[in-house]
Amino acid sequence: MVEAAWAYLLSHPKLFRDALVTHLTLSGCALAIATILAAPLGIILSRSPRAALVAINAANVARTVPSLAVLAIMLPILGTGFAPSLVALTLLAIPPILINAYVGIRQVDPDAIESAVGMGMTRLQVMARIELPVALPVISAGVRTAAVQVVAGATLAAFIGGGGLGDFITSGIALMQLPLLLVGAVPIALLAVGTELLFHLLERTLTPRGMRPGSS
Amino acid sequence: MILLESLTKLFPGQATPAVDRLSLEVPAGQTCVLIGPSGCGKTTTMKMINRLVEPTGGRIVLAGEDVTGMDPVALRRRMGYVIQQIGLFPHLTIGENIATVPRLLGWPAPRIGARVDELLTLVGMDPAIHRARYPRELSGGQRQRVGVARALAGDPPVMLMDEPFGAIDPITRLRLQNEFLRILRTIRKTVVFVTHDVDEAIKMGDRIAILRDGRLVQYGTPDDILAHPANGFVEEFVGADRALKRLDLVTVREVMQADSGAPTLPAGASIRHDATAKEALSAMLAMDQEGLRVVDANGRLVGLVSLSGIRRLIAGTTTLPA
Amino acid sequence: MQWALTHLDDIGWATWEHAVLVSVSVAVAFLISFAVAIWASRQPRVYPPIMGITALLYTIPSLALFALLIPLVGLGRVPAIIGLVAYSLLILIRNIATGLREVPADVVEAALGMGMGPWQLLLTIEMPLAMPVIIAGLRIATVTVIGIATIAAYINAGGLGTLIFTGIAQDFPAKIVVGAGLASGMAVGADAGLSRLERRLRARRAA
Repeated sequence: MVEAAWAYLLSHPKLFRDALVTHLTLSGCALAIATILAAPLGIILSRSPRAALVAINAANVARTVPSLAVLAIMLPILGTGFAPSLVALTLLAIPPILINAYVGIRQVDPDAIESAVGMGMTRLQVMARIELPVALPVISAGVRTAAVQVVAGATLAAFIGGGGLGDFITSGIALMQLPLLLVGAVPIALLAVGTELLFHLLERTLTPRGMRPGSS
Repeated sequence: MILLESLTKLFPGQATPAVDRLSLEVPAGQTCVLIGPSGCGKTTTMKMINRLVEPTGGRIVLAGEDVTGMDPVALRRRMGYVIQQIGLFPHLTIGENIATVPRLLGWPAPRIGARVDELLTLVGMDPAIHRARYPRELSGGQRQRVGVARALAGDPPVMLMDEPFGAIDPITRLRLQNEFLRILRTIRKTVVFVTHDVDEAIKMGDRIAILRDGRLVQYGTPDDILAHPANGFVEEFVGADRALKRLDLVTVREVMQADSGAPTLPAGASIRHDATAKEALSAMLAMDQEGLRVVDANGRLVGLVSLSGIRRLIAGTTTLPA
Repeated sequence: MQWALTHLDDIGWATWEHAVLVSVSVAVAFLISFAVAIWASRQPRVYPPIMGITALLYTIPSLALFALLIPLVGLGRVPAIIGLVAYSLLILIRNIATGLREVPADVVEAALGMGMGPWQLLLTIEMPLAMPVIIAGLRIATVTVIGIATIAAYINAGGLGTLIFTGIAQDFPAKIVVGAGLASGMAVGADAGLSRLERRLRARRAA
């Protein structure tokens, strides 16, 4: 069966490549848009406790909504295809990034901030030189969580005509062609694990040396 | 140097001001200790000087210049600031932490590097070992040394210190106090120092300002406050042993008399001239003697200190009617 | 929404199926993970790799896992429950082992010093102290499984996902909305309920 899957892959290189490209484009765009929207929003929220209470609670609730529910509900609203999938995946990626950006800034040692202000840093300098670098590991952990979720969510885009590697699985189940299942499932699993590892590495790189665990 | 005129802070939603028409002058190069029970307004007063707290009334004059309405960011770069929790930046090395203000001031890199090494040496840390370390690799005492070095980095004329040695173990605290006094002898700074520890205030302060409920109760030299407490509150605050505390402020050399050839003292009854009068008293009591020989660092006899001389020294200590 | 009112029994059945699927999977996983976690938390050399491997396996998308199970066990409830148990296991093992390891060493030492045996220690000291973290794991596992179970409908496991998929196939918005809404409601509800339990346990411990 593995051989059959491999043979299928070799005989349909363009089909596979297109699905992979769609999968990556969908995931990458959704993650990028969500990061651009949610990270600054989370940082701004750390400045206004009242708005934060509402927004963070909302994000925590939104986080529990099943991925399939978010994707499926796009169908009656935006129809099928790439765009509705992109919107759904972006929505999925926002809560973890928003929450971590907020938490990351909030957990910066208030004494470090007080000394920074007391030394004559402007608000912008405190943000750029102290708060952001110290919060960066937590923020990037949020992006990592979102990335893994988006890569997994993108497999479900197949259900609403968004394409991607999930297509091989849906057609594999529909036609009961087991090799086709492998053509979809194995690359998806590798992609997800690879995403986790890649972003883990990124997170480590972004963690300032003085704050890395176990390096003292 | 620092002049506070009717400085007042009324926090929103509070009935009474946290600091109430406080007027105080700290002469250039002196250390003024703000002390009082918690909630007396000492930290608020300090934070108004660098405007982390905006005054609601009164003026702050720094070196003849009214800075009450000045841009706080520019003002703060002229003042070093040390807090009890230190607040070192965890993502920056020790060197980078100390370099913060020089960088803000736009010094050239070589000058910053030299300054970092100079300051680490000043606070008793080896630059070669510690410059590239990170805060979490240091002990509490080392962190506070770095905190002091960081505050000194831009060579500000004024240092504000909020219980800087409060969270450190007693032995290290004593050492840091002594080191800071030594540093202050080599570099002249006008220091405002907040503490709740009377002994620390007496040790560190040229002048002590005692605050209660946002008001200045007494302002004077440590000896002045110990000798003549303004009221029962001050008397109780400085402690029942204030006569003894006064003796800590005086060295034997200052109270000794010329050697009149007292032959009755046994051989061991001597004390060094740089010991405190309190130590001399303790030695006399322990040896059951009326006096001690005073010797210099080389062991040469330079005078005599007597129980009656010490009595006279603290005889002026006022006790208020209860 | 006319459809919803005339098909209340279908909706109720799908919800019931979903709830059963989730409960069975989480319950089975809870029992297995306890044994594994107690063992792992006591093996300093096993604990870190187990944490790493479970974190990595957890990232595998559920649809891919179900697809990989089909050649082995076919379609239906069996692959669904295997998949759901697997995801719950990953979460529960992590949380139970972490909770047990976070019990303060001085408390354990004091208990041992009073002459407690390993089982007494586990049941009377370690478990109660680890309970908030364990409940947190149970909450995350339940919420995750409620979500993944909707996808399991695609391999004929039933549940609320069936409404969503037939809605998509028939271009029937009402079914999608009801299915997605109920699944979301169930997830949000489980999260809220177990969060409250977790907070109560933490508050009691802090008191």
